[in-house]
Amino acid sequence: MTPQEVHAKLSEKFGAAIGEWQEPAAGDSSVSVNAEKLADVCRFLRDEPGFKFDYLRLVSGVDRNDCILSVYHLYSYTHNHELVLRVDLDRAAPRVHSVTHLWPSADWHEREAYDMLGIVYEGHPDLHRILLPEDWDGYPLRKDYVPPKEYHGISNE
Amino acid sequence: MTSEPNPLPPTPAEKLLADAVREPRDLTRYLHYLKAAHAERLPLAVVPLDAALNWSRANAIWPLTFGLACCAIEMMAVGASKYDLDRFGSGAFRPTPRQADLMIVAGTVTHKMAPRVLKLYEQMPDPKFVMAMGACTIGGGPYCKYGYHVVKGIDRFLPVDVCVPGCPPRPEALIDALLFLQQKIATTGRTLAGRYLGVKS
Repeated sequence: MTPQEVHAKLSEKFGAAIGEWQEPAAGDSSVSVNAEKLADVCRFLRDEPGFKFDYLRLVSGVDRNDCILSVYHLYSYTHNHELVLRVDLDRAAPRVHSVTHLWPSADWHEREAYDMLGIVYEGHPDLHRILLPEDWDGYPLRKDYVPPKEYHGISNE
Repeated sequence: MTSEPNPLPPTPAEKLLADAVREPRDLTRYLHYLKAAHAERLPLAVVPLDAALNWSRANAIWPLTFGLACCAIEMMAVGASKYDLDRFGSGAFRPTPRQADLMIVAGTVTHKMAPRVLKLYEQMPDPKFVMAMGACTIGGGPYCKYGYHVVKGIDRFLPVDVCVPGCPPRPEALIDALLFLQQKIATTGRTLAGRYLGVKS
């Protein structure tokens, strides 16, 4: 099933929670989902016999300056098709529901997106930094990030 | 240089000692020196013992088993059969810092890792030596400008004895650094013989 076909079926089921279909300028096409409906949409994609997205490849984040995206790459071993989901989040307080209860592989991926971009995944079992030290200041992959001048007495200049 | 210049020209025994500490791996030079010193009836109590200690120290540098990034792959190659670090008495990579003399910092050190590296260094018994292997440990390497998380040179928190440039350095470069360190152990700072005769590597 192509992403466009998946998009049509999702729009039929969830209506306004699914964004308009857009042809990508480059790379994979993605389906935009309303943040509040994400968990419902994901459960539907995983369990519906026609979709069976049984494998979450990747959760990542993107800073677009005006918003922050949380991106989900799904794959189905049953049907050999794939889909990219995208959630637009408020840059001041990016929050979205976790999908760890649907795909356990989301655990560390969501922690990484939290570590690098500060996206808070509600309902995550153990959300804290995964790469940087716990007392690190700021989120390094944000476009306006300023590196620290020193860390624990070691100069970073 | 010596702090008190020797007014007399060096005797044959002193020349032989200078020769011996320049090549710390060759004990026969010390034996020649001992023979000449015996013939000259020199007071031998301190200097040859010190030199012999340094000779043994320089020829059994035990590194800590410890790698942080891609440089460690080259370090492992040096330890394996083709380059064979055991030829220089340094093949015994120790699994505990309590038994190690040499810390080869092989790979990128991040701010998160730096306190752990320092702790390992502090657990090593004296005399101990540090080798900064590769561009990252010398000055941050490719992460120098935009790597917010990388320590830009391990000399910011460790005393470094030898730097090995490269990204990563060839195995030959690491061997060269080890030989340089052997010379350094035998000739500078920690040896009375080196100070007495003003010999530098």
